[in-house]
Amino acid sequence: MPALPLDEAGKYVAGAYVVFLTLIVVYVAIIGAKIARIERDLAELTEEDDAR
Amino acid sequence: MYSKGFRPLAAATVVSLATAMALVFFYAPLDADQGFVQKIFYIHVPMAIVALGGWIAGGVMAIQHLRTGDRSWDMRSYVAIHLSVILGLGVLVTGSIWARASWGHWWVWDEPVLVSFLVVFLLYCVYYPLRFSIEDPERQGRYASVFAIAAGAFVPLNFIAVRLAQSYTHPRVLSQTGGDLPGEMRLTFLACLLAMTLLWITLWKLELIAKHASMQVKRLKRKLSEREAVAA
Repeated sequence: MPALPLDEAGKYVAGAYVVFLTLIVVYVAIIGAKIARIERDLAELTEEDDAR
Repeated sequence: MYSKGFRPLAAATVVSLATAMALVFFYAPLDADQGFVQKIFYIHVPMAIVALGGWIAGGVMAIQHLRTGDRSWDMRSYVAIHLSVILGLGVLVTGSIWARASWGHWWVWDEPVLVSFLVVFLLYCVYYPLRFSIEDPERQGRYASVFAIAAGAFVPLNFIAVRLAQSYTHPRVLSQTGGDLPGEMRLTFLACLLAMTLLWITLWKLELIAKHASMQVKRLKRKLSEREAVAA
């Protein structure tokens, strides 16, 4: 197949890089949410321990 | 435990990714045959190499788990495999986009490289139901490790498939003679490979930090409730 013109090729290239970026951002967001939950749990445990 | 050296590693990853992207779009020349579409190569191939390497690393960590009986190796192996499955998904999607742009098809079933990668990916998708169908943590870790070792041994077949591919539809990138990449493209590719490797290590460490902290909190909760029960 002959090379695609830049405007058409750009859509495919952008699509591929967006897929990569989305995967990384979603992954980091999920791990970030997990860490935030752990921090909340830890704060609750500290409060409970202080209250005793 | 796992957070040691995380910040400099994360900073190095961000810098190397930014450098790699700058090289891809401002330094590497346009491919004479494929034109601008070939830029997908710089993300697709490093992602594939790192995913396959990650699966092999997961197998090596599983060997360590079975040798030592230390469950932290099982956790490392699990995270390595998990992360490589995510990258593997990226490889399949970016590969399909590239295939559509340069071959006119989203998928080519008679291409050994594509199909063998899909087989390896699906093999690792089986790891999750296998692992989480076993409740006893000791058995879960042992069975998952045996699977990781067996599957890890299967992964090099994917590399061999590249070499054995009779139709040269799928390009060869690395060979003993240095492949067909010109200097600028080779440098850009190596920068992307380095960035992807650093990204994998950073995310692997990040997930391990989260898992380790979660386990510590669970242990702390258990201890507190035990102490409460004793006091009552």
